[in-house]
Amino acid sequence: MNYPDEPLPGSDPGPDPSPERLRRALALAGIGAIALGAVGAFAWTAGWLGADRLTAGQVVDAVEANGGPHPGFRRAHAKGVCITGTFTGSADGRALSAAEAFSGETLPVLGRFSIGGGDPHGSDASARVRSLALQLGGRGEPQWRMAMNSFPFLAVATPQAFHQQTLASRPDPATGKADPVAMEAFLADHPRARAFQQWAKAAPWSDSWANTEYNSVNAFRFVDADGGERFVRWSMQPRTPFRELDAAERERADAGFLAADLDQRLQSGPLHWDMVVTLAAPGDVVEDPSVPWPDARDQVVVGTLTLLHAEPQSTGACRDINFDPLVLPHGVAASGDPILAARSATYAQSFNRRQRELALGQGNAATTPEATP
Amino acid sequence: MSAHDTNPAHFNRTARSLHWLMAVLIIAMLFIGVGMVSSVSARPWLIDLHRPMGIAILLLAVLRLRNRMRHQPPALPASLPVWQRRAAHASHWLLYGLMVALPVIGWAMLSAAGDPVRMASGLVLPPIAPQDPLVYAALRAAHGWLAYLLFATVVLHVSAALLHAWVYRDGVFGAMTGARKPG
Repeated sequence: MNYPDEPLPGSDPGPDPSPERLRRALALAGIGAIALGAVGAFAWTAGWLGADRLTAGQVVDAVEANGGPHPGFRRAHAKGVCITGTFTGSADGRALSAAEAFSGETLPVLGRFSIGGGDPHGSDASARVRSLALQLGGRGEPQWRMAMNSFPFLAVATPQAFHQQTLASRPDPATGKADPVAMEAFLADHPRARAFQQWAKAAPWSDSWANTEYNSVNAFRFVDADGGERFVRWSMQPRTPFRELDAAERERADAGFLAADLDQRLQSGPLHWDMVVTLAAPGDVVEDPSVPWPDARDQVVVGTLTLLHAEPQSTGACRDINFDPLVLPHGVAASGDPILAARSATYAQSFNRRQRELALGQGNAATTPEATP
Repeated sequence: MSAHDTNPAHFNRTARSLHWLMAVLIIAMLFIGVGMVSSVSARPWLIDLHRPMGIAILLLAVLRLRNRMRHQPPALPASLPVWQRRAAHASHWLLYGLMVALPVIGWAMLSAAGDPVRMASGLVLPPIAPQDPLVYAALRAAHGWLAYLLFATVVLHVSAALLHAWVYRDGVFGAMTGARKPG
């Protein structure tokens, strides 16, 4: 007995018997499925498919939407000035980390002072947060970039919470203010954000970038020459004495008083900060930047930052640097803090967008010095 | 079979080894690349893989091109229509071009950004492009779009290879696996 499709012995098999056709059809379907599967997996990895995951682009989109378009400028901490100076590490620093910064030799420093917020023309007196970003080491060398802030701890512990906070702070187009109901709902779920608000309300404002303390906030790992590791946070502690700028003085202050003050101080000489490292004790949470470590932790002075010169960011070298806090030298490594990874990812997005705008000629405001009134 | 066979049945052993090693590296790189740009959590370890893997692909691609110039590859079967023969040659040279161009553009792009081109802790490559926002923006756009082009070409290449293996069964796939040529 023969199956209908099987050719009879000795007869012409025909040009295309059915089992062969079926085999080819299955093969073609298999190839199509493999190609489609590959494209789908690629699109998913790129974040084009699957709306449930937060992407770096979405975080920056939300920040942009809150601040309005300012092409060519940083998406956050848009207003600032460029600075240059030096860093010299101490023997105590050398004992904690094999980083070149602690070798005892003086390294060149490029940096930037800024105020919080996405408005490059915002008023200095209304910005609660001040920042200092640094790049230790030159071009073509292993560098150490830092992006430090005047707050002692962050309001949130994850990029997802940061994104929710951005969405809750979105200004209502009618009033220009955030929806208080949305913000209250966010705060109810995030007690550390409420603690941050209390810090913002209670902590005294300094009257200068020069007498402000700047904190790494995120934890890092220091690795010494023998491979010994310690979790640390650090601060740049100013040698310039603190002076409070009270509410009445803030009312009267010029929109650009911080840059004017800095210029004046640098004319009479360099400004100094001590880099002070705080060592984590066993059991301290290293992956949550919203929780400060207890005050009693050991502190070590690991070096001195000296600032010599300031210039407008529109023409200064800091304009085209992405102060990614994960550009780290040998001897310093990241902790598992998810905010640290998210800062690296979102700063890269901000950098790509603003450099693209400069290339397309849309960012002239960011490359032209502002006329001084 | 001599090393200078005028119509060998297979790519030589060097070509086959490099092909399969680079296939794994390049497909992994494409996914690492789009993943690290979108992810809010995985960028640090993905980019630490991406830079040295890119330089490794560049070095392997140079070895591979040298080998390709010195050893005649097997001819495509005469049964193949002319347009498929042309598409095969064009896509192979596009693949070679992109596996050299993408790492070089990536290296130049980081140089233009002023970023250290970090291979490992404490080991960085020298910059190969001036630090400039316009140069950076052009290279960054090129790196992304050429990577999408490479992905599309890889998908077509794999589909065509499987078509030869499963439908045509003409020995083209075997030329790269080292299997015996039929007939």
